[in-house]
Amino acid sequence: MSNFFNKSDLTRQDADKLVSETLNNCDDGELYLEESKSESILLDDNKIKSSNYSSDLGFGFRAISNEVVAYSYSNEISKDSLKNSSENLKSTLKSIKGTYNHEIPKSNKKFYKDINPIEQKTLDSKLEVLNKVNEFLRKKDGSVKQVTASFAGEQKSIEIIRSGGEALTDVRPLIRFNVSVMLEKNGRKETGVYGIGGRQSYDDYLKNDNWKNVCEEAFRIASVNLESKPAPAGEMKVVLGPGWPAILIHEAIGHGLEGDFNRKKTSAFHDLMGEKVASEGVTIVDDGTIDNRRGSLTIDDEGTPTERTVLIENGILKNFMQDRHNARLMNTRSTGSGRRENYRHIVLPRMRNTMMLSGIQTQDEMIKSVDRGIFAVSFGGGQVDITSGKFVFNCTEAYEINNGKIGSPIKGATLIGDGPSILKEVSMVGNDMMLDPGIGTCGKAGQGVPVGVAQPSILIDKMTVGGTKL
Amino acid sequence: MVKDQEFLKSKASYCLDLAKKMGATDASVTVGHSISETVNFRNKSLEASDRSDGLALSIETYLGKRRSSISSSNLLDENLKTLIEKCFETTKITPEDEFNSLPDKNLLAKQISSLNLYDETRFENDKKIKYLKDLEESASSNNQIINTESSFTENKSNFILANSDGFCDGYKTSSFVASCVTVAKDENSMERDYEFSSKRHLSDIKQATDLGNKAAKQTIRKLSPKKIGSEKISIIFDKRISKGMLSAFASAISASAIARGTSFLKDKIDEQVFANSINVIDKPDIIKGMGSQNFDSEGVNSNTLQLIEDGILKNYLVDTYNGKKLNLNSNGRSGGTTNLYFEKGNISYEDLMKKNSRSLYITETIGHGSNIVTGDYSVGATGFLVEDGEFKYPVNEITIAGNFKDMFKNIILANDLEFEYSVNSPTMMIEGMTVAGK
Repeated sequence: MSNFFNKSDLTRQDADKLVSETLNNCDDGELYLEESKSESILLDDNKIKSSNYSSDLGFGFRAISNEVVAYSYSNEISKDSLKNSSENLKSTLKSIKGTYNHEIPKSNKKFYKDINPIEQKTLDSKLEVLNKVNEFLRKKDGSVKQVTASFAGEQKSIEIIRSGGEALTDVRPLIRFNVSVMLEKNGRKETGVYGIGGRQSYDDYLKNDNWKNVCEEAFRIASVNLESKPAPAGEMKVVLGPGWPAILIHEAIGHGLEGDFNRKKTSAFHDLMGEKVASEGVTIVDDGTIDNRRGSLTIDDEGTPTERTVLIENGILKNFMQDRHNARLMNTRSTGSGRRENYRHIVLPRMRNTMMLSGIQTQDEMIKSVDRGIFAVSFGGGQVDITSGKFVFNCTEAYEINNGKIGSPIKGATLIGDGPSILKEVSMVGNDMMLDPGIGTCGKAGQGVPVGVAQPSILIDKMTVGGTKL
Repeated sequence: MVKDQEFLKSKASYCLDLAKKMGATDASVTVGHSISETVNFRNKSLEASDRSDGLALSIETYLGKRRSSISSSNLLDENLKTLIEKCFETTKITPEDEFNSLPDKNLLAKQISSLNLYDETRFENDKKIKYLKDLEESASSNNQIINTESSFTENKSNFILANSDGFCDGYKTSSFVASCVTVAKDENSMERDYEFSSKRHLSDIKQATDLGNKAAKQTIRKLSPKKIGSEKISIIFDKRISKGMLSAFASAISASAIARGTSFLKDKIDEQVFANSINVIDKPDIIKGMGSQNFDSEGVNSNTLQLIEDGILKNYLVDTYNGKKLNLNSNGRSGGTTNLYFEKGNISYEDLMKKNSRSLYITETIGHGSNIVTGDYSVGATGFLVEDGEFKYPVNEITIAGNFKDMFKNIILANDLEFEYSVNSPTMMIEGMTVAGK
């Protein structure tokens, strides 16, 4: 655990005093202290291309009254700096008075260990794995023209000091291992990317030479794409594979159920609470409590313990995801979804691990039921327009379905749909729910936070596929 | 106040000296300080204020051809010492790479001319509030607008780049950004659109009322959209989308993508890649330019580059490392393009709109659908159906797709180029792309 005060002229008592004094007449707020250590090591083009270590330290001071949020951050933890921030907050909120809400739920459950993954594996052994990856893939097949492999590791320590001196702390490890391979055959080039990660040490993910499986998967995706044909264009049936394709849920539904957009009534879902928004059999939860998952958090960035929030239950909209600020203004409670990228950013309600739960059908039944459509197995990124509800995501591995059978692979195409209606088009939910491999980062208002997704195979009756073949 | 050059220089030389003392053969360091203040409004009242004050330092140490780097926001000497030790220890065990080196000395920038990138005017938060009040007042004057959100950000930065070959320079920059997002609603739909103005100097920022009116107008016209059928159709890209084509082109000609062989434009120097009427220029020395710079992120002098001349690819964007790999000199593009633009075309906007009896005008795209390896392009889109030069009705939930290799050769540009951002394009038409809809 970081001690934020031992190298500063600011003592813990000074900080407590200033926080209480600043937030006394406010509805909510806190001092958020953060220290992070991170590394990234990249092998590219047959060489260790970069090895970077970074350390970051700073605080963010927030005061909220009524609907107004005042925020000030600095990477200098000192008396002067904190005083400046305090003055800044007071001047914004000078004419707005509130009553501080001291209540914050407690839990002693932890969903990951207090480790520093960077220190748990030597640089030499990391370099060795990267070199092995490069050698393995280049030997594997003559079509391999480029290999990129990387390690990214981080340890983030946070402390939240609330008015009255209450303090909440968390230490968050996070790692990611990634392999990208480019193949060239008959003048065509295609890439395949695969990665794994979560909140454990590197070796927890790499034991039993697991790096080989990551290589094989990246190679397999690239090989499939070398044979791909132009994708069809137009509305058709879409079968989504289990696991990572759940970024459809994240984009189509997840963002629209974040508290801020609904308080502001700018989400297409804001007036649909309690209504049927999905087919029967569709249940979606956002869960921060799964051990060691990329999107899991012991406490959120306001200090609230995370939980498993049911968003949609058997087709009915049940809950939005809330941070303290939006929860207070909507007369509800925080769901432990208040997150920020780091101390430079304000807290927003965000997703953690967003999951559609299993149903009873099999993937095979879904494929067999489709005359003309596509089977999408893996995706790159996605994006949503919260207000119109339209969302997209890009296939990185997909196949045609003709007369109930999987056909040729198709080129990367964008799929587009309408968030509020897409889940009503879900006609089968598979029995094969799977978690993603631990690689997702969600962007909102310029802030990236690690997230997870999960889903079973699903059949969507109608979606627009953005290919070039009419 | 943003820290002065003397403070940043003292930190930079402390690091360089220390690295040298530890045995580094070369080193390079960047120190920056930035202060930024933002005020946010929503529905005509104050919603948030945000002040940030950030120092950042990054250092690269070399031991012959070995290199590694560290970065930190904690500039206390004691912390820097620990980090530089760690960095140099890492350098020692990082494998050699023959292409690692500081930039060639004779390519470093020598004379720094003022590009007028810094405006010291302080726009107090009270004035920001007044600006945003006026802006939202005009943005919400039509009752179809149900939500307005706007913000004003003022940023002042200073930096120093120094290396062990004696380069040591930097300068202050400022930016002022006003933006507005509006939501409109009718019985059929709810839509969002935006407008913003981003400038080096406060006096160049658009009038609050103009910005608000424009955002509102652009949002209201999107109401009650229809989905169209799948077809081949001519597409007109609004300026805010056509500049994205330039950004995709720039990533495809970065020396790193070329050296790695992961670009569809590899080995295409002196070949026709755009229609022969097209010229693309990257100009670093535009006065007050949003992308202007005196030197790149390695200290290399950057001159104006003609990237495309009469449709022919003339230059890649070259940094030191990838340049050595490709046997090319750095052209001062470590860190990418500066002020990148298409030279204007010779047809008016009105004539471009009327060129076909029916076309699709795109105002927004979503998704990350540009593949630089294959040139494949597929994104979600929003826009308008155009008939006989007029907007007929708004269109959404469609995708547009093609391949850059074909698209670039079919570009027709209007003559309405303006220098607003760091990447600028006139309105653009590309014939024969595929739209997927119903």
